[in-house]
Formats: sequence, structure tokens, C-alpha cells
Amino acid sequence: MIHRHAEADYPAECCGILLGRADAASKDIVDVAPIANLRRDPARAQDVIPLEDPNRESERNRFLIDPKEQLRVEKDARARGLTVVGYYHSHPDHPARPSGYDRDHAWPWYSYVIVSVEAGRARDTQSWVLDDDRAAFQPENLEVAGQATNDEWRQNRASQAPNIF
Amino acid sequence: MAVKVLIPTPLRQYAEKHDSVELEAKTVAEALEGLMSRYGDLRRHLYTDKGKIRSFVNIYLNDEDIRYLGKEQTPMNDKDVLSIVPSIAGGLAIQAGAHGTRCILRCICS
Repeated sequence: MIHRHAEADYPAECCGILLGRADAASKDIVDVAPIANLRRDPARAQDVIPLEDPNRESERNRFLIDPKEQLRVEKDARARGLTVVGYYHSHPDHPARPSGYDRDHAWPWYSYVIVSVEAGRARDTQSWVLDDDRAAFQPENLEVAGQATNDEWRQNRASQAPNIF
Repeated sequence: MAVKVLIPTPLRQYAEKHDSVELEAKTVAEALEGLMSRYGDLRRHLYTDKGKIRSFVNIYLNDEDIRYLGKEQTPMNDKDVLSIVPSIAGGLAIQAGAHGTRCILRCICS
């Protein structure tokens, strides 16, 4: 689902919310909620977080989740006994690594899954967590169905990837 | 008036792991102040040093952004729910992160 979303929205950035359960050692994603990138609605987006340079920033290199959508998804999640464990977004024609802009706008604890999309095809997927002191993102192990490592998953994703990706 | 404040997951570590708190408040400001007096560490995450709500923090009274109501002076009624909603944004301009692994994100969808 995340890869389809990333490819469908290319060359714009896509975004969505990861829902699941968490304990001290790990988080389990059990569902994802694709969200329309609010940067496609510049007037409304500017009201939430103004762009620093609207001439160079757009939905092609920025994403923003409408807080109202987030509130709706979080409510639904609570009703299902789930919580928001993180977010995903795509990097069109760029690596699946967080930018300085990502870091400036991130929150600790959440998992940030980034999908690189090259020429319209989803390529790499990596999850990151921001340090509590906001100094840097740390990569996070991403296991699919509790089995595959990132590398194994990449090699086998055609047969193993569940609907979430 | 008894109102409820919902706390997003990244801030629960500063509120003894609670996902919500019930307290007495007649305005949004009173509810937030009550929350922060109970959990002092929340203040620096919700407010700037100058005492303004941080720009990446959205406060919703039931389903409405308080910026479009009466901001922090918005009155609250019995059983109202105040939600703290972090702004979620990002985008390109590549900068590598440090190496190391902290925890595991597992996908158990099928």
C-alpha cells in the first residue's frame, strides 16, 4: 500500500500514518492510513506550516499532514485499540534518508518510514527514529511479518511483502 | 468542569505514560496549565520560552482548531475533549543520519 501510494503520487511526495501497537523495544504496524499531501493545497498548507521559500518548495519536495486528518485517524485508531506509531512519506528521485528539513519537523519516538521513488518506481524503504535531543535520526530495523531483515525483505518482497508495503 | 486532554504518543513519556488526563478547567488555557502543572516536563514541548504555544503544536477543542475559535481563551464545557496534535511535515534536501540501531519496527499486516 505504501509503495503503491508513493508511485501513484510521483513526482510529488506522498504521506500517511502508521497505526499499530508499541512497547519499550518495538512497534508493530498493523494498518496504514494514506493521507493526501496537504502541500497540494498551498493556501491551506501555508496556514498550518508556512513554507520558507514558496518558489522552491512544493508538493514535489515537501509533505504536510493536515492536523484535522491526523485527529480523525487518531480517533479511529483509539476506537480500534491502536495508536499512531509513526508516519511514512516518499522521497521522489532521492534516497530513503531523512533530510535536515525532515529532522527539523520530526518528533522523537515516532517511526518515520521513508520510501525512495526512482523514475516512478518505489525502490528503497527505511525507517528512522529521531533522537530525544533531536540531534540526528537513527535507522531502525524494519521487519516484515516478524521474519525478514531489510535486505531479505528487499530480495523477497515480491512474494513476502504484505499489503502494508 | 471536567474536561479531558488527549496526549500524543511522543509526549506520553513526559506524562507518566498516560494517553489522556481528566481535569477541571473552564478554558483551554486552564486545561493546558493544569496539564503542565501536573506534568512539568510537558511545558517545554508545548510552549516556547516566551510562553507561546509552539508552532508545530496544534490544539483542537473537540474537532476544531483553537486558532479558529478563541485561541487559548476558548471556553470549555463539561466533557469537552482537548487534543494535542503534533504537526507532521517533512521533505527533501538530503542529509545523512548517524549510524546505529535503536529499536525494531515490525509490520504484522497481512
